[in-house]
Amino acid sequence: MSTRFDARRILRAIAAPVLAVVVAVVVTSLILAAANDPVGQVWSVILSPPKPRVVAAIINAATVYYLSAVAVAIGFKMNLFNIGVDGQYRIAAFFAALVAGQGWLPGPLNVLLGLAVAVLTGGIWAAVAGILKVWRGVSEVISTIMLNAIATFLVALLLRKAALEPGGSNIVQTKPIPESSRVPGFPLIPGSSREIYGLVILAILVGIAYWFVLNKTRFGFDLRATGASETAAVASGVNVGRMVAVSMIISGGVAGLVGMPLLFGQDYSYGSTFQPGLGFAGIAIALLGRNHPVGIAFAALLWSFLDQQSNALQIQAGVSDKLVLVIQGVIVLSVVIAYEIVRRANVRLEQRRVAARLAAEAGTPLQGARA
Amino acid sequence: MVELHGITKRFPGVVANKDIELTVDKGTIHAIVGENGAGKSTLMKILYGVQQPDEGTIMVDGNELRLRTPSDAIAAGIGMVFQHFQLADNFTVLENVVLGAEGLHGIGDSARDTIRELSDGYGLGIDPEALVADLGVGARQRIEILKVLYRGARIIILDEPTAVLVPQEVSELFDNLRGLTAEGFTVIFISHKLDEVLQVADAITVIRRGTTVAEVDPKRVTARQLAELMVGTELPSAHTEQSTVTDTPVLTIEATSLDNPFGGPRLLDGIDLTIHTGEIVGIAGVEGNGQAELVEVIMGMREPSAGRILLGELDTSTWQTREIREAGIGYIPEDRHRHGLLLESPLWENVVLGHQTEPTYRTGPGRWLINSSAAKKETQQIVVQYDVRTPSIDVTSGSLSGGNQQKLIIGREMRRNPRVLVAAHPTRGVDVGAQAAIWGHIRDARRNGLGVLLISADLDELVGLSDTIRVILRGRIVGQFNPDTVTREELGAAMTGAVADDARADPKEQGH
Repeated sequence: MSTRFDARRILRAIAAPVLAVVVAVVVTSLILAAANDPVGQVWSVILSPPKPRVVAAIINAATVYYLSAVAVAIGFKMNLFNIGVDGQYRIAAFFAALVAGQGWLPGPLNVLLGLAVAVLTGGIWAAVAGILKVWRGVSEVISTIMLNAIATFLVALLLRKAALEPGGSNIVQTKPIPESSRVPGFPLIPGSSREIYGLVILAILVGIAYWFVLNKTRFGFDLRATGASETAAVASGVNVGRMVAVSMIISGGVAGLVGMPLLFGQDYSYGSTFQPGLGFAGIAIALLGRNHPVGIAFAALLWSFLDQQSNALQIQAGVSDKLVLVIQGVIVLSVVIAYEIVRRANVRLEQRRVAARLAAEAGTPLQGARA
Repeated sequence: MVELHGITKRFPGVVANKDIELTVDKGTIHAIVGENGAGKSTLMKILYGVQQPDEGTIMVDGNELRLRTPSDAIAAGIGMVFQHFQLADNFTVLENVVLGAEGLHGIGDSARDTIRELSDGYGLGIDPEALVADLGVGARQRIEILKVLYRGARIIILDEPTAVLVPQEVSELFDNLRGLTAEGFTVIFISHKLDEVLQVADAITVIRRGTTVAEVDPKRVTARQLAELMVGTELPSAHTEQSTVTDTPVLTIEATSLDNPFGGPRLLDGIDLTIHTGEIVGIAGVEGNGQAELVEVIMGMREPSAGRILLGELDTSTWQTREIREAGIGYIPEDRHRHGLLLESPLWENVVLGHQTEPTYRTGPGRWLINSSAAKKETQQIVVQYDVRTPSIDVTSGSLSGGNQQKLIIGREMRRNPRVLVAAHPTRGVDVGAQAAIWGHIRDARRNGLGVLLISADLDELVGLSDTIRVILRGRIVGQFNPDTVTREELGAAMTGAVADDARADPKEQGH
């Protein structure tokens, strides 16, 4: 009985995202057809098997997306909408690069220091929004959006002050991290010289920790209870104000890690070309992955798969690679709707099932389920 | 004339309405009475098109209607005044009334004139220019009635309209309603307050366990008879148990007050109350007179502005909810869906809820982890011991019927052996079988030395269970009664403030 129940549960869990992807394919095809673009060719480019080099790029991008989405998901589990991951990871990456670039500690210790600085900075930045919400009731949506803007200008300002300017170039960046503190990649993909970020391990650890804390600990129970029903959580003795502040800080701390695989595995410094927009992708990926640690991993892979495959669109199909943004947008929109539909259907289904089972046990229809 | 025949409405696990027969004559006030959870609200939602019946017919003036949405009901001349007002505070009366009905008389002078006409015509005394935020509860209710009239209703349903009103406002409302019926309007009045119903209604239909059991003439029936019709043969056995009250105070509330954060009169004003071990103290009162605030203060969800609360010898007035629960106060919240359960979580998680720090449910280094296997075992025992009807402990709590949800909550609190139980409306909205079981559990716990604060709107429940009854009115305790000797009329009078002064002046009454 219980295994069948579980199988059904898994089926229900993946029904919505699969549905959403199908809807996205249909809608995008309609858009392409309406614009007189070659529908079939576009899909054959996107769905063509990626080259080994691209596979490595997909996994690398997904690693970064994954961290970002977990940061967002921590907030979502509490009904907090941390839009500020974008600002949090950038300011965190800047300070981490600044500190790690000094090379105060040798080798791997310097990496750990960099990670700690990133977590701390991201956490502090998010704490501003958390504390504003608890003390003054400021919506975290508003405050984190504003903090994103502040982070952008603050980093730009500090970068000018703190950065080296290699002569003649207008690339502004922090002092590069010493060779000994760079995290080597894994040559996992045969046939490609591109390596997987060493800090993919960090993403995996964060995913495991996220699952464990949420589902196994008392803190996680309180957090989920608050997200499921704030009123019931209050009555059960959860200090909701403290939970809001703490979960916002944790969310920001994880957000601080988003830029780390890039910093220690690819860029080795923070500059004006550091990859932007990862926080917003994280929101979409957390939604698609249903805040579930494994779901988010698949969503992150799908996201970066679409990103990478779109590169060839312009050349091979004559369609702008911006098309992939349309696909991603439609996926998110349909996934939100699909989840709500599936959720409501599940609630009704379960009520009916329970009533039916009780009625069957009592031997009388419906009436037996009373009491 | 409104006729309902054979109306049946089923929800998962419950039949909310069954073979309802109701005939309301034009130009009369027709009351529908029944206990909480008897199915009154479902019936009214069906009549207003919010829910569709599974069986049965609705006829208005001889025409059969199919009401799919409230708009259908409004088009058929049926309007509804909800218990919880649906007004925008920062809008004027005019804006509130025209909101959603802009097509009728526009939003300008024509609408204003219509509102004035209606207000003057039916003595509602409403100024269309007034800001709703500045108006009191009685005036807000009259705006709701005006809204319904404005939309052309000839049949007006009022759901528990007096629950939020003070006595003077109640009599004003009744004058307004009589004025309306004199003009040919039909009023359907839902209530469980028998004295009010007898005072105002031209005809009364009694609902019990989802079905209409009688239509009676208010001139030929007493409150007692009506009460018997409402509860049927299941009238609670009036206090046959021996007293188990001791001299040991377990919860002492001393001169406790709670200021209204938005200004105005205090929500709680100098409450003094002692609960001894083995004692059930019942709190009677019209809803909204401070009962919810009293519970929140005891449970630490709000901090009292003055006074102190002692659990045994410990002053808990500044404690957090969690510390108070850990110290041994069990809590049955008034609204189990909002405060008692995580509806989309499995039963075992709901059993942990409120007892997250309970050692039984904790494990691992530093006891930071939730011991789900222990919690599941405990849930299994609660299901058996408290007769929670469920196919498994892995289903969500939202899929259980109300009575079974409540039994789960009772079991969850009782199994932790609390010293004090705060029970707010413990049998609200549950069927008779579960009600009897819940009463049994509370009595058992009392025998084992539990102190219980019982808050209820159901006078029979209060009289049947309590060792002593206090009446709360506008945040103050205004009377103390012995449940063995008190009459419904005495309680009712104290609850509405009619003879509160007499009760206080009478030392014999206080001495119980």
